[in-house]
Amino acid sequence: MSTKADREVLNIVVVGHVDHGKSTVIGRLLFDTHSLPNGAVEKVKRIAREKGKPFEYAYLLDAFEEEQKQGITIDTTQLQFRTAARDYVIIDAPGHKEFLKNMISGAANAEAALLIIDANEGIQEQSRRHGYILSLLGIQKVYVLVNKMDLIDYSAEKFNYIRQEMNAFLHDLQVYPLKYIPISGFYGENITVLSDKMPWYQGQPLLKAIDLFEKDNSLEGKPLRFPIQDVYKFDHRRIIAGRIEAGTLQVGDKILISPSQKVTTVKSIEHWVDKDKQDKVTAGMSVGITVADEFFNQRGEFISHLENPPLVTDTFKVNLFWLGKKELVKHKEYILKLATQEVSCEIVDITQVIDATTLASIEQAKQVKLNDVAEVIIKTKQKICLDAFKNNQHTGRFVIVDGYDVCGGGIVSGLAEQIQSKSTLNDQEKHIEISCFDEYYYVLAENTVKKVFGKLRAFKTDDILPVTGQTYEYPTDFSIIDLQHKWIAWVKNAKLRKIVDLAAYRYLGETLIETSGAGIKVQSETEFQKFIQALDSIETGVVNAKFSNQWLQFGKFKTVRYIENLTAENLEYYI
Amino acid sequence: MESKGAVKMDHLDRLEAQSIYILREAYKKFGKLGMLWSIGKDSTVLLWLAKKAFFGHCPFPFIHVDTKYKIPEMIAFRDQMAKEYGLDLIVHSNEAALKAGMGPEKGRLVCCKALKTDGLQQVVTQYEFEGLILGIRRDEEGSRSKERVFSERNKDSEWDYTNQPPELWDQFKTDFPKGNHIRVHPILHWNELDIWAYIEREQIPVVDLYFAKNGKRYRSLGCAPCTGQIDSEAITISEIIKELQNTKVSERAGRAQDQEDSYAMQKLRKDGYM
Repeated sequence: MSTKADREVLNIVVVGHVDHGKSTVIGRLLFDTHSLPNGAVEKVKRIAREKGKPFEYAYLLDAFEEEQKQGITIDTTQLQFRTAARDYVIIDAPGHKEFLKNMISGAANAEAALLIIDANEGIQEQSRRHGYILSLLGIQKVYVLVNKMDLIDYSAEKFNYIRQEMNAFLHDLQVYPLKYIPISGFYGENITVLSDKMPWYQGQPLLKAIDLFEKDNSLEGKPLRFPIQDVYKFDHRRIIAGRIEAGTLQVGDKILISPSQKVTTVKSIEHWVDKDKQDKVTAGMSVGITVADEFFNQRGEFISHLENPPLVTDTFKVNLFWLGKKELVKHKEYILKLATQEVSCEIVDITQVIDATTLASIEQAKQVKLNDVAEVIIKTKQKICLDAFKNNQHTGRFVIVDGYDVCGGGIVSGLAEQIQSKSTLNDQEKHIEISCFDEYYYVLAENTVKKVFGKLRAFKTDDILPVTGQTYEYPTDFSIIDLQHKWIAWVKNAKLRKIVDLAAYRYLGETLIETSGAGIKVQSETEFQKFIQALDSIETGVVNAKFSNQWLQFGKFKTVRYIENLTAENLEYYI
Repeated sequence: MESKGAVKMDHLDRLEAQSIYILREAYKKFGKLGMLWSIGKDSTVLLWLAKKAFFGHCPFPFIHVDTKYKIPEMIAFRDQMAKEYGLDLIVHSNEAALKAGMGPEKGRLVCCKALKTDGLQQVVTQYEFEGLILGIRRDEEGSRSKERVFSERNKDSEWDYTNQPPELWDQFKTDFPKGNHIRVHPILHWNELDIWAYIEREQIPVVDLYFAKNGKRYRSLGCAPCTGQIDSEAITISEIIKELQNTKVSERAGRAQDQEDSYAMQKLRKDGYM
């Protein structure tokens, strides 16, 4: 006898602008596949009757009071239907902008998507935003349903126009819809059978087309990724538990545990009931193993094979969507969750904020607002394991927690080891970028001088500054001048006191340096005035070589040390 | 049994793996964790999944909120299973409400609220649970279909379903103010047929009220006065599966409290009902 266990299940999300007809299409699919229990139809008919409204397919989904009051879907609903080929879980994701977080929650679990566009209204704000989100979630299998064809007299011309316009937008996002299907959810055209109102349409009706989505089973063939979820010692066994996110693992395999870089061998794969005993496990399974060497292992570490390990880094480039009511800002502490890892992080650079509806980008934005999409650089407090999303979806995506809630999520686009982010001094509205605490080494193995960035930090007033390093030494009292903004940061007892306008500053004979750490050749009040005049007389406003050679002495507090080689331990970044 | 190589995962394997992952997350994240066991098929499957997740162990207490109106066979089955599995079982009743004469004749929703919702709230408060594992499923009814896997309740167990945080990529809500608790739903993504197919495959013992006697059986279990039987000749699990593949009657049609008004379950669940 055929049971559910033999049948394939595919998760499909339905997205689109509010009122473009998602609920109607889903109601139709359920009705036409005879998937509604008697109780459900009766209940909805009863509610419609109580409210004095005619029955609509869309009502089948609106099980909640509030929804019917507002006529919008407020949360993700999951419904099931079956065709001859397989079973479907259909996720109805809300189109209303306020509920983007629900749309994303629904779509994140989907393997394929139906993007619905109203033929009469055409592409609207949420059509574009949802297209963008699908690309960020890595959902490649997309059909676009052009709905309400009845309102445009089933016109092939208008259908083709929408197709061209939407393709132009989606192709920019590397989303390539597999099909465009003209339908009328309300009248049931092109849902179960081809519509005689649109003889020009050469494809399949919706219910036949969805059976053509191919299920993705590619994770098994990828390099092993087994993030440790927990370690159990309920009995004599010390079991490392977790889910295999990619690849396969066998008893006897030599494995690498990252980031701690320990190597050991798989001793056993554990089980409870006899029938679950196996020597080989693969992507998607929740398993438990024991290993030959009993190191201290902990949640968050990644098990891989020795070849093809995950990336281990603390700075990486990502694309993210932001759903928090509070803006995402630089240098604030957030929690990042990636697979089973959980770590403090900060945004060190917002490369660009993208308007998800037009794809226009805003460079050098200060913050990422609710429902924005952005490209940022994240720095985590400790090194973590990850992959670029294009190589492994499961270990290349993350969420960000602000306070108690998940407020955003995104995908890793790559490492950012050579970024030129700088530490900053901060006093209220004044922020000075500094590189005076960077170290310079002459690397013998490479016969070249390399600069190693100090640990990226944002210093506030009263913070202690690292005034002595391996290759520099400043006095404990000095001032740092930002020549570009004409600000000066006052340091006393190695603490940042305040930042003031240069114009409001009175020189009292202390040591002056420039933000890179170069000494400023000023010994007296008179020389200070001349220095200010020279600075003010630079017409372009950009400090030039002539000025620098006259007033700055780079090696006054800095030197270059010899080093055999740069290793991963002794540097954060280098150029 | 002969050990075997990795087999291709089927539908039930995937459901099982996901549920085990969720159970392990809950166990890792919550110091004070308990699992609600209603004796029904769903929470009995959940119990089985917990044994699998923790390799034969059950590292948290099981809670039965006893309304004293349960069908007697359920209580017998509960005590037998608890002994067999060596469960740490907490049985709690809202004694004050029972003493005051609470029962379905006071109104079904009033009774459910007092004996189940309030009874559960008393357990949560007494044991200071941070996490509560429940065997609800999305396909059961409308308000459950909108649940998150990790779903926050405030100190009065109320559910703000209009403002749920996003839940994606199995990154669940594990941060919340003290006094609140998280309802964990490891089998939210299963449906009724999945449950029976899994019970059949794993040979999980279930209470025999589900099997037909004299042409009737229970499809969903609850309190005796409010739970109806359906006409059925199904005396084996495969007969139940066959019956369900052909039915168009909803699973909870025999649960009287659901039918009290159009939004009965939504109203109950907003206040903390399971």
